[in-house]
Amino acid sequence: MADNILEVRNLKKYFRTQSGMLHAVDDLSFTIERGKTLGIVGESGCGKSTTGRCILRLIEPTSGEVIFDGVDINKLSNREMRKKRKDMQIIFQDPFSSLNPRKSVSQTIAEPIIANGLIRERDQVDRRVKELMDVVGLAERLINAYPHELDGGRRQRIGIARALAMDPKFIVCDEPVSALDVSIQAQILNLLKQLQRDLGLTYIFITHDLSVVNYFSDDIAVMYLGEMVEKAPAKELFENPLHPYTKALLSAIPIPDLREKRPRILLKGEITSPINPPDQCRFYKRCLETCAGCEGCAPKLREVNSGHFVACHRAK
Amino acid sequence: MKTVVATEKVRKKRTRFGEVMHRLSKNKGAMAGLAIIAILVLIAVFADVLFDYENQVIAMNISDRLQGPSWEHPFGTDEKGRDMFIRILYGSRYSLAIGAVAVLIALAAGMVLGAVAGYYGGAIEEIIMRVTDIFASVPYMLMAIVVISVLGSSTLNLMIAVGVTSIPAFVRITRASVLTVRNQEYLEAAKAIGRTNKAIILFHILPNCLSPIIVQVTLRIASAIISASGLSFLGLGVPKPSPEWGSLLSAGRGFIRDSGYLTLFPGLVIMITVMAFNLLGDGLRDALDPKLKERKGG
Repeated sequence: MADNILEVRNLKKYFRTQSGMLHAVDDLSFTIERGKTLGIVGESGCGKSTTGRCILRLIEPTSGEVIFDGVDINKLSNREMRKKRKDMQIIFQDPFSSLNPRKSVSQTIAEPIIANGLIRERDQVDRRVKELMDVVGLAERLINAYPHELDGGRRQRIGIARALAMDPKFIVCDEPVSALDVSIQAQILNLLKQLQRDLGLTYIFITHDLSVVNYFSDDIAVMYLGEMVEKAPAKELFENPLHPYTKALLSAIPIPDLREKRPRILLKGEITSPINPPDQCRFYKRCLETCAGCEGCAPKLREVNSGHFVACHRAK
Repeated sequence: MKTVVATEKVRKKRTRFGEVMHRLSKNKGAMAGLAIIAILVLIAVFADVLFDYENQVIAMNISDRLQGPSWEHPFGTDEKGRDMFIRILYGSRYSLAIGAVAVLIALAAGMVLGAVAGYYGGAIEEIIMRVTDIFASVPYMLMAIVVISVLGSSTLNLMIAVGVTSIPAFVRITRASVLTVRNQEYLEAAKAIGRTNKAIILFHILPNCLSPIIVQVTLRIASAIISASGLSFLGLGVPKPSPEWGSLLSAGRGFIRDSGYLTLFPGLVIMITVMAFNLLGDGLRDALDPKLKERKGG
């Protein structure tokens, strides 16, 4: 059996709104192998980030289990959870709001070390901070700089250094590059990849950018309105997408070749509301491949090929 | 939590405090206010060195009673022959101490309640804010009188009474500015590295909410001084013969027809002090808000 660092079972997060229950994350189940990367893609508001935060218990899930290294973290007390957080970290999307503007670079990076009492001597902490800055490629002269003096790429490196400060095993990268310039994106992605190789990290990589996720992930999960509609190894997903939504998504990737013509799949119709959704395929209203059976009950995620899961009545 | 690292390569730069002081120094009104406050604070601190409380401040000297302003007695003398100038200067002690302590009480209580309400939200917030509304709806003078009647009249109780009436303002302003940082991702990051809620509020939220609170402190000291003087005027404050400004006003009231200076000078000093705090508060508000940097006064 594979060595799974994380197993998510029937994870649900509903938000109470004025017009009903908003199903942000609905019945998600998946596993991640140690040292691998799971990419989660989907459009805005499909519950990608909520999923990432539920896994880290930054928001309390409505129900479901998140089994990290054999322990269901939702059953831990607050004190036990704080200890567990050493192993699981997050890198945020917006490097401008993810750093406390009143704290210098060294204060930000040192905080997890000091707060958890990992290193007690002040000069040892300083040495560790410098080491981390070196690992993420920040010049030592920036040690007393404040976030507002730095550009997005450098700020994101601080965020990465903070996440690495406690030697985590697992990191949720919540759109870590989507707020950055394209040239900086590549630098940060390469840094993350190198860190994975050097430190044996496991990533969940949340993004809406398919070319990024293809470059980065071993497995890719596609989310639509809180549900996982397809999950497959990256190569398989790109070559043989089965869910109509995945196909539409892939057809939207721009290709750097003017002569090549490729049919775009343009989705029409209204998006199903995630508030009190009907027991029906959530993609039904926009799907181009509906059949008689689709109007009925919602399709379950099932394994079609080895490692290739899809939630569609028609997929074979 | 400070991690100051000594490095040779650290660039020289203005600290945040230096930056604020720099901007403040361009505001003439605020600098005047600051100067007046500084002088008053110095007088208050060294009052016992400058004046002999027993002989100059409270000792009667009937032969000199009710003399108008002169070189010998710049603010004249009261009905017991005491020099008003010395009494007023000595009185700065009471007014400033009452203002400062009252605001400290309000700040401590208001900041905790406001931060808790803003951070946790939900039912806790509702309860705190509705109770705050109830307190704020009672006129502050009335409330202070009630508090003093319950606790009894003394300097400490006066401070408590004036402090309690200022709590709602601090609860509201703290909550409002906590809400502006509530959804910043660095709070989630702090949670992710295993920080407790208490540490998140103390180290991440409050340092980013201080500007409006600092402004509020200076403005509230001014109104606390007025409240305290008002209560003393009504005989609910500092017991006689201590020369609190409100009691000086009250004592001079009986002689207002023939010796108007007995009410004029304490009143003027109260006014100038309050104005100094207000000027400083206004200046700080502009200096602490970088967005208002270019605004012209007027």
